[in-house]
Amino acid sequence: MLRYITQRLLESLIVLLLVSLATYLLLGLMPGDPVDLLISGDPNLTSEDAARLREAYGLDRPIFERYLGWLGQALQGEFGYSRHFSRPAVVVLNDAVWVTLSVAAPALILALVLAIPFGLLAAGRQGGWLDQTINLSALISLSLPTFWLAIMLIYLFAVELRWLPAGGMGEGFSGRLEHLLLPVSVLALSLAGVFLRFTRAAAAEVLGQDYVRTAKAKGVSRVGLMLRHVLPNAALPLITLSGLQLGALFSGTLIVEILFRQLGMGRVLYDAVLGNDYNLALVALMLTTAATLIGNLLADLSHAWLDPRITLR
Amino acid sequence: MLQRESCLLGVTSVQCGTAKFERVASLLPLAAPLATLALMRLFIISALAALVVHLPSARAERLNIGVSQYAASLNQLLEASVAQSYLLGMIARPLTFYDADWNLVCGICLRLPTFENGLAERRPLDDGSTGIAVTYELKPDLKWDDGTPVTSKDLKLAWEIGRDRDVGALVGESFRRILEVTLVDEHTITFLVDRVLFNYNASGLIPMPAHIEGPIYRDDPKTYATRTSYDAAPNTPGLSFGPYRIVEARAGSDILLERNPTWAGKQPIFDEVKLVTINNTAALEANLLSGSIDMIAGEFGVAVPQALAFQKRHGDDYQILFRPSLAYEHIDLNLDRPFLKDRRLRQALLFAIDRQSIVDRLFGDKQPVATSNVSPLSPDYTDQVPQYPYDPEKAASLLEEAGWTLDGKVRKNAAGESLILTLGTTAGDRTRELVQQVLQSQWRQVGIEIRIQNSPARTFFGQQVRERRYGDMAMFAWFAAPDSIPRTTLRSSEIPTEENGWSGQNYTGYDNPEVDRLIDEMEITIDADARKVMWAELQRIYMTDLPVLPLYWRATAFVLPKWLGNVHPTGNLSPTTYWIEDWTRN
Repeated sequence: MLRYITQRLLESLIVLLLVSLATYLLLGLMPGDPVDLLISGDPNLTSEDAARLREAYGLDRPIFERYLGWLGQALQGEFGYSRHFSRPAVVVLNDAVWVTLSVAAPALILALVLAIPFGLLAAGRQGGWLDQTINLSALISLSLPTFWLAIMLIYLFAVELRWLPAGGMGEGFSGRLEHLLLPVSVLALSLAGVFLRFTRAAAAEVLGQDYVRTAKAKGVSRVGLMLRHVLPNAALPLITLSGLQLGALFSGTLIVEILFRQLGMGRVLYDAVLGNDYNLALVALMLTTAATLIGNLLADLSHAWLDPRITLR
Repeated sequence: MLQRESCLLGVTSVQCGTAKFERVASLLPLAAPLATLALMRLFIISALAALVVHLPSARAERLNIGVSQYAASLNQLLEASVAQSYLLGMIARPLTFYDADWNLVCGICLRLPTFENGLAERRPLDDGSTGIAVTYELKPDLKWDDGTPVTSKDLKLAWEIGRDRDVGALVGESFRRILEVTLVDEHTITFLVDRVLFNYNASGLIPMPAHIEGPIYRDDPKTYATRTSYDAAPNTPGLSFGPYRIVEARAGSDILLERNPTWAGKQPIFDEVKLVTINNTAALEANLLSGSIDMIAGEFGVAVPQALAFQKRHGDDYQILFRPSLAYEHIDLNLDRPFLKDRRLRQALLFAIDRQSIVDRLFGDKQPVATSNVSPLSPDYTDQVPQYPYDPEKAASLLEEAGWTLDGKVRKNAAGESLILTLGTTAGDRTRELVQQVLQSQWRQVGIEIRIQNSPARTFFGQQVRERRYGDMAMFAWFAAPDSIPRTTLRSSEIPTEENGWSGQNYTGYDNPEVDRLIDEMEITIDADARKVMWAELQRIYMTDLPVLPLYWRATAFVLPKWLGNVHPTGNLSPTTYWIEDWTRN
């Protein structure tokens, strides 16, 4: 097991290195640099100012030289300074990671809590009205655009009912919880549909297996059958999906973060790429990649832990 | 690697295989309802708490202002954004600024330096040219919020840091024009500038706290930008000397200010002010309606079309102020393109578009049509220039005169070339894209076919406009200060070329020796009346030659609560927060 984990971590490091190179080159190849953005709306910025700023930011050097310089610093633990936030990139991301986790983790859990029981229920009543109702709900959840759902919930709970804040981070623990309710709900609802469909499909497949029929014949109750025989086998694809979602959630909650004023990874990454903030964009993308790799690794480890037929080598 | 064992899929083996899972699964029947109950409970408690603690914002001592941008740096030397000047207006003030009537007034100086009052005088320089010595007297009662007096040393430090090439200040060249700084006394400072410019007594310089920023800068100028207290610890006492000081700054999100106890001027009515950054217009509006914010700053809040829509829905509950600004929306014409070299075609393009109708219908007449490159609010503005009212017949006649005859729907010249022009702008800018479609339709009516070629802002500005590869026409805006001489945009020396590293912002490639001469003269002419004559001549040539198609002056829209009074939008670059101590609660 330890050997397997070490091997996977080494592979991940190589992937991260390649991602950093690709990201740096792609950012560098995009038209315009930070100074272009500065002068685009300000005719008072002189040519001398532009040349001096390019020199100060190191933008007058070849891109590969700049990348090697950055890599050398990064290997010493110095990931550079965010021009967009005027703080070290690592400090910006440290804050953003916790914001994203505070939204994404409860949303993921809530989505699973909603999806698993209803998915099992639907699989157990295939073709019935309950199955169709649950399926329809899942489809609605999948089809609703996140931004629309977010705006609707803001208008309902913040503007009309005035029960919850429209956005922001909140002050103190209870304030934070209060400010998390809407973004977590939106994200959970949008995720629940996918999880529900996966759960239902996997459970429906397992319900057709011989050992389930045997268990039924032995008189195992419906709940026992679902929990002891169906769910464990149906959970494996769900774990894989959750692992993949971890990476996506890490960077993909942009709309929720913008609408609910959560300064998380999605918004930081978006601002960094648009603002040509090389250091921040690079580290953020590497962090997102790392989250995806770790999510996959955790999914594989969970598979092995839950299913003794799987051996890690 | 994952590898499945070859165990049989029988009940026994699955039961065996699920042994560990049961530890988790056995919790699920309890976990699901418990979690749901817990969430519901949390939801209800939070909702009740929100109801209990929610106070009408009109009575709150904190004013929550919604803004759409966060200043990347709070250090005046490292950034020059509207977001930053809006904040700085509350915690500091520059030496001078333009007021709501566009008059230059003192910010922290006692009186404006002039030749008449002896605070400005010409001085011969070592190279034989003439410079100018400008003396500012600081108000004596200014103090940083840690109690340290604001002195001329603080201004000198700002100059030192600003001109230092190692720091990378934004507009360093203007600092380098100041050759020498003399501290006359604690509150008097003299700048020796290398040339006598018309706006010699205007200075947006803001003191830097020498007792805090001085040691940080001198420790290592090259890394100063990454260590300045304004960004590393913005709530450090001693960084503010305005009516407010920073209590807390969450980078990219919110900034909380409180009354500055050392501010000796008029006291503002709000104990606290919070700047809340909300990037999305819909969310900004929802936050306003929910009471999370009290107002939307006009300087960088919602665009005019959104404000007009908001006014229709909620105009009875809020006061919405519109003020034309110095953002000049226009179309740059690429004068290197063969068709556009002909002035008659350029004039026909302008006659063929109904700009008044565009501003009426799209912007509720809140954004005035641009009749030259000078704002109608400016004292330098003149209407004694060629006018281009909507006149498709005149446009057609000019096109005929230029050899473009109608052949089907599109005009052609003698060589059989169709009159097809490209028009680019920033993709995703809904207002510009809407205007673009109207223009396309109106030009089609006189036989000019338009191909739209939009790009994301960074491609558009970073490559196409900067390297003059935008095709025929590029639509964007310039922002300028009052009295700003259009050297970088109109002087022939500022045409970007590969040889000069694409420096300069004369993206049309306009080259008129008379305009070059006027620009050079205007910069050094002190006499306001003489300069006004030159401005009028410049506008006349500009509107005759039409290197640019003027469209309209963008307006700013302020969405304010009914109870907030005395907020006066300036339209120039001075934010309303320069007068926050005058704001009233009705």
